[in-house]
Amino acid sequence: MKTIIFKTASTYLLPLLVLFSVFILLRGHYLPGGGFVGGLIASIAFVIHSFANGLEQTKSLIKFHPGFLMPIGLCIALLSGAAPLLVGQSFMTGLWFEDPLPVIGMVGSALFFDTGVYLVVIGVTLTIIFTISETL
Amino acid sequence: MELLLVILIGLLYASGIFMMLRRSMVKLIIGLILLGNGANMLIFLLGRIVKGKPPLIESSAKMLTEIYADPVPQALILTAIVISFGLQSFAIILVKRAYKITDTDDLDELNTTDEIYE
Amino acid sequence: MIIAILSGFIAAALIPLLSKIIKGKGSILLPFLPLSLFVYFASYLPKIGKGEKLNFVYEWVPSFGINLSFHLDGLSMLFALLITGIGTLVFFYTYSYLKGHVYLDRFYGYLSMFMASMLGLVLSDNIITLFIFWELTSISSFFLIGFNNDDPKSRKSALLALSITGMGGLFLLAGMLLLGTAGGSYSFQELLANGSLIQEHASYGWIILLVFLGAFTKSAQFPFHFWLPGAMKAPTPVSTYLHSATMVKAGIYILARFTPLLGGTTEWNTTLIIVGAVTMVYAAIHSIFRMDMKSILAYSTISALGILVFLIGLGTEESLLAAGVFILVHALYKATLFLITGIVDHETSTRDVTVLGGLRKVMMPVAIAAGLAALSNAGAPPFFGFIGKDLIYEATLHFGDWAYLLTGAAILTNICLLFAGLLAGYKPFVGNLPAEFSKVHLPHPTMWVPPLILAALGLIFGLFPVLIEKNLIQPVFSSLTNNDTVIHLKLWHGFNVVLGLSMLTLTLGVLLYWKLKPSEALFGKTLKFELFSPQTIALLFGRLFSGFAKFWTGFFQNGYLRNYVITILGFLTILLGYRLYQGVNFYVDTAKLTELTIYEVIVVLIMIVSIIFTVFSRSRLVAVASLGVIGYSICLIFLFYSAPDLAMTQFSIDTLTVILFVLVIYNLPKYKTFSKRRIRVRDGILSLFFGTLIAILTLEVLAEPLNRETSIFYAESAYILAKGKNVVNVILVDFRGLDTIVEITVLVIAAIGVFSLLKLRLKSIEKE
Repeated sequence: MKTIIFKTASTYLLPLLVLFSVFILLRGHYLPGGGFVGGLIASIAFVIHSFANGLEQTKSLIKFHPGFLMPIGLCIALLSGAAPLLVGQSFMTGLWFEDPLPVIGMVGSALFFDTGVYLVVIGVTLTIIFTISETL
Repeated sequence: MELLLVILIGLLYASGIFMMLRRSMVKLIIGLILLGNGANMLIFLLGRIVKGKPPLIESSAKMLTEIYADPVPQALILTAIVISFGLQSFAIILVKRAYKITDTDDLDELNTTDEIYE
Repeated sequence: MIIAILSGFIAAALIPLLSKIIKGKGSILLPFLPLSLFVYFASYLPKIGKGEKLNFVYEWVPSFGINLSFHLDGLSMLFALLITGIGTLVFFYTYSYLKGHVYLDRFYGYLSMFMASMLGLVLSDNIITLFIFWELTSISSFFLIGFNNDDPKSRKSALLALSITGMGGLFLLAGMLLLGTAGGSYSFQELLANGSLIQEHASYGWIILLVFLGAFTKSAQFPFHFWLPGAMKAPTPVSTYLHSATMVKAGIYILARFTPLLGGTTEWNTTLIIVGAVTMVYAAIHSIFRMDMKSILAYSTISALGILVFLIGLGTEESLLAAGVFILVHALYKATLFLITGIVDHETSTRDVTVLGGLRKVMMPVAIAAGLAALSNAGAPPFFGFIGKDLIYEATLHFGDWAYLLTGAAILTNICLLFAGLLAGYKPFVGNLPAEFSKVHLPHPTMWVPPLILAALGLIFGLFPVLIEKNLIQPVFSSLTNNDTVIHLKLWHGFNVVLGLSMLTLTLGVLLYWKLKPSEALFGKTLKFELFSPQTIALLFGRLFSGFAKFWTGFFQNGYLRNYVITILGFLTILLGYRLYQGVNFYVDTAKLTELTIYEVIVVLIMIVSIIFTVFSRSRLVAVASLGVIGYSICLIFLFYSAPDLAMTQFSIDTLTVILFVLVIYNLPKYKTFSKRRIRVRDGILSLFFGTLIAILTLEVLAEPLNRETSIFYAESAYILAKGKNVVNVILVDFRGLDTIVEITVLVIAAIGVFSLLKLRLKSIEKE
């Protein structure tokens, strides 16, 4: 699989796809998309990169084990759910900032929740695929 | 279209079950995936299918008013798809490990727990 | 109050944390827990004596109307004092008895837990709470009997006790539920107000039957008595506390408690009289042939419990009074005798009465306590036991037609009990001291003081019954009979028939003691009857039961995955097929169907072809590739029918699944065909049949009108409540966010599973 064309393409594809996945994540609340799809697309990006350049390269690119994304993502999701408790509302009530931010749009606890999902999905997928391709 | 989908669902279920009844471990997993797909389609169809009306609220509107595709089965299936990926990868690895330890992929030879360590 | 009850549980929870301190000197602090509880309850004595009844209600889940309600009246008071009082002594006793034991902390933990559950049991007003505490006592008893868990006999006895009492507990639960339904309330006080309603209720017979089964199993009544002698495998403090003084009396408590509510009918009285009489005579006769001090005491305890059931069954005011008094009498002397057995066992390492003798020379205070207890047990004046026995005879004598028979049974029982008491409390201490026991010495005071206190109380209450008459016995009597007749306990009634009977009992008992010497030969003879005993029969049933269970499990759980699948599907197919056979009423409204386009037909055709390829291909690669095609086609269908989110997800997942398969495919086993052609055809028919069923069912469901309430709610409030316009996403991250959290947790678990399956160190056998 390590042809030069594929290799070169994947180098450019990786940032593009990751960027696209973030875009999908952010627009998820208004248009098709969201944390699950976003996370899956980002994982596919990394998997393609690892196919083209070898697993070691991809790993050194990410710098840390993707498994760490799982607890981080879970914590973000849980905290965004627990945040309303601080202002005296019940668990998982949606909180929103008054004004929309540029580019991202309206920011609320649901967005953080979706980000948590996004990170968990990346962590899970990459952990599974990397572990398998390492040991087999 | 509904009738075609009904036939398709029946076929997915039948093939999934048939594969699960085989003795080869790999076929078992393939059967599992087919069955999962069948179940997803079933839920999708039972929520009634609508063409070209995704459950998205128009940028000017505040709520969905006219006929639209049912969002609830869609949310259900979305989670089911992602979960089934986790399940499948786990099952594949489990089969691979079991194959390595027991040196057989015949499910009929895996009917006791005791003999493995002999 | 709630703190008083729960303190035992709290202590039980804390003890493991403080195990270092408990195992050292700290354990001497623990007895102060029951002691302070004893003082606490005793402080209510004057109030109770005035005839007051105290209610304590704590709102637990007020929105559901579930309250923790406790009720303190005479009967509860008597039991609470017994539990905490004897508890205190037993806690002190244990301090020396199990000194330096590795699991001393565990022991105290179980003991505290038991004490708390028992207190809860006797104080509960709600009959469901009562049941919960009842089960807790069974469980703590199980732990304590099996305390020496490296001894298989211990474990077996514990299991036997748990299965018998646990089974009874289930009956009790059923009885309580029926009672609650019949009486319209789960509060005992409220039920009591509706007493007549329940007695006339259609299920009254069932209620008393179930309550009886619960009480009889717990209180070791014939034919459920056989778990109790086995329970003596527990360390002696446990036998003292649980299996003679308190827990086994829980059944008696229930019967006594429910007497004003359910009692007074012929069914109630007759059953109790017969069961009680059979138990007391049967166990009393058994007790005189034993040689092990503990066995003697175990059977005499069963017999005493029989007397109590019998007295409650008589149901007259006299007999209920006798029952109330006898509970206290028995607890005092039997606990003493058990504690003494423990001391003897601890110091001489034997409990065989044929070997023991002359111990008074080395442990005088113990001998005094034993003598006092044996005399109280014998019903000799001026002991409290004398008062108890007088009341029993009085009750039986005044019971109309059957007076002679019942009195006779009572006399026979008492003679045997007297003999058993002498055997355990007198014999080991008189005569010559065998040489091997000459080095035996008096144990630590915490061991011999408790029995002495209990024995002395037996004498003091006998001499001055007025001490407890007004504050304790009177309220007990009132709560048993539900009326306020004033009672008097007297030692001396003048020369009458009752006194004559007492004397007769004493004489005959002592005579028997001189005549009958327990020996191996005699004991062996009684064993022959064991063949027909309830224990043998019950164990036989147990074996049959487990044999059948093994066969049944072996038949269905045969380890062949295919057979499981076939069984489940076959059953489902039969069930659904029957339903369809009954008549299906589906009707396809072709006008409502969405129209067909050529693209869709092509997609579906592609899918059908790939399904066929997946199933029949002989190569793994082809199968996986067609599986991928199926996935992408489904993705297209989602896209056609307005589910863009699904299409995106399905597309990415499918890509990943194919990647996954490609990665592992060459490490997976070869794609082989194992089954014979015949089996393949059979499976094919079964699965096609099932697929058809599913299809027909789907059509039938499609014909039903759809309830869209949920989706309409989501569709209308997605933007207003959650500020999102992609309704599917809003459902996932907002409305059903908790489900999503759980889902991603499951994903994480799957990933960890894969990681650990592959990365964790291989076991040695795999390295080969």
